[in-house]
Amino acid sequence: MSLDKNGIAKRIAKEVKNGYYVNLGIGIPTLVANFVRDDIEVEFQSENGILGMGPFPFEGEEDADLINAGKQTITALPGASFFDSGMSFGMIRGQHVDLTILGAMEVAENGDIANWKIPGKMVKGMGGAMDLVASAENIIVAMMHTNREGESKLLKRCTLPLTGVGCVTKIVTNLAVLEVTPEGFKLLERAPGVSVEQIQEATEGRLIVEGEIPEMEL
Amino acid sequence: MITKTVTDVGAALEGLQDGMTLMVGGFGLSGIPENAIAELVRLNVRDLTCISNNAGVDDFGLGLLLQKKQIKKMIASYVGENAEFERQMLQGELEVELTPQGTLATKCEAAQRGFPAIYTPAGYGTEVAQGKETREFNGKMYVLEEAYKADFAIVKAWKGDEAGNLIFKGTARNFNPVMCGAAKITVAEVEELVKPGELDPNHIHIPGIFVQRIFQGAQYEKRIEKRTVREKN
Repeated sequence: MSLDKNGIAKRIAKEVKNGYYVNLGIGIPTLVANFVRDDIEVEFQSENGILGMGPFPFEGEEDADLINAGKQTITALPGASFFDSGMSFGMIRGQHVDLTILGAMEVAENGDIANWKIPGKMVKGMGGAMDLVASAENIIVAMMHTNREGESKLLKRCTLPLTGVGCVTKIVTNLAVLEVTPEGFKLLERAPGVSVEQIQEATEGRLIVEGEIPEMEL
Repeated sequence: MITKTVTDVGAALEGLQDGMTLMVGGFGLSGIPENAIAELVRLNVRDLTCISNNAGVDDFGLGLLLQKKQIKKMIASYVGENAEFERQMLQGELEVELTPQGTLATKCEAAQRGFPAIYTPAGYGTEVAQGKETREFNGKMYVLEEAYKADFAIVKAWKGDEAGNLIFKGTARNFNPVMCGAAKITVAEVEELVKPGELDPNHIHIPGIFVQRIFQGAQYEKRIEKRTVREKN
């Protein structure tokens, strides 16, 4: 069976290591925080200006001066800090943030990513996505393998306007875990019950399959 | 001490005219200068260029200026929550310059700190970099982005003193500090204006040298855009 959004988030959570500062994008990436092991030390950064972001507040404890990059009310954990947007993107651009997890509309086999604009539709803006993808060394994309029309989102080349070039390192979809290599998408793991053939079928870009591909452990 | 206090929001915005470029602090509706925005609506200044991360919602924040068609050009990173904005943009009534969020912050900072331009990796290889100078440093490509030039920077802080020193609260800090001193005149509105000496100099986020005019806002709605809570237990 292919994974649901929580399943994708659960698999990505295994990439979050002890001592990591992590920036989570909106959508599936936000769910990752729910599955990170509680025996490791991790701090979540939100680019509007907080490190040490905690869960949503209890009703009645919401604070207009305490929100995340998705404008949702949040809490601050012990050890948290606040800072301005210049410093926030300084820690992103300066590669002090260890891991960036974000969603995408398309990823190309060379690591290009498109996730901000569909020509002909209302453009809302890139927010911090271009800064994040251009700066981070370790970028994991969380997305469905195909779009609503069933077309592959893992392409030879992106068709939508780019957010960044050659930047994605790993992709976790409802079907597979893949690494972006100079030769193309290298298949690392299959979702439980999903065959290599199904993944091949859903991948337009070059898929590299070497040896036995293990199932994901969730 | 050099006093920066002005009597009210009217005095704070004196000299603000049609066609000017304004930096406006805030992220979403958090940390926006509510009182100054209300005054801009009342003054009905027009053809403004606004540099602000977002454009408010239909009936709050910069959305209030959009409703009265006071904004000619919007420079922002994300403008998603505003139907009137969308209408004006699609009709070609509003010019929009979408800029990566970190680039926007740093173009303000550059203006504040005397750098004419900065190199950033953000947007390299995308349409944001079209027509801009690019350069390689240590094997990586960067885009040259020029510092903003603005007439007024309008920011909101939590506390301030009569010397113009500012302290921000929580994530309402966001773009406010980087805009201070990044325009010809910086106006700061604060929830609480105190006498000199009442703020610990160790706790000041922005020194008064970056602020020309400071006043205490009459009232704050501090609207929450996306109220999100979790269940008890």
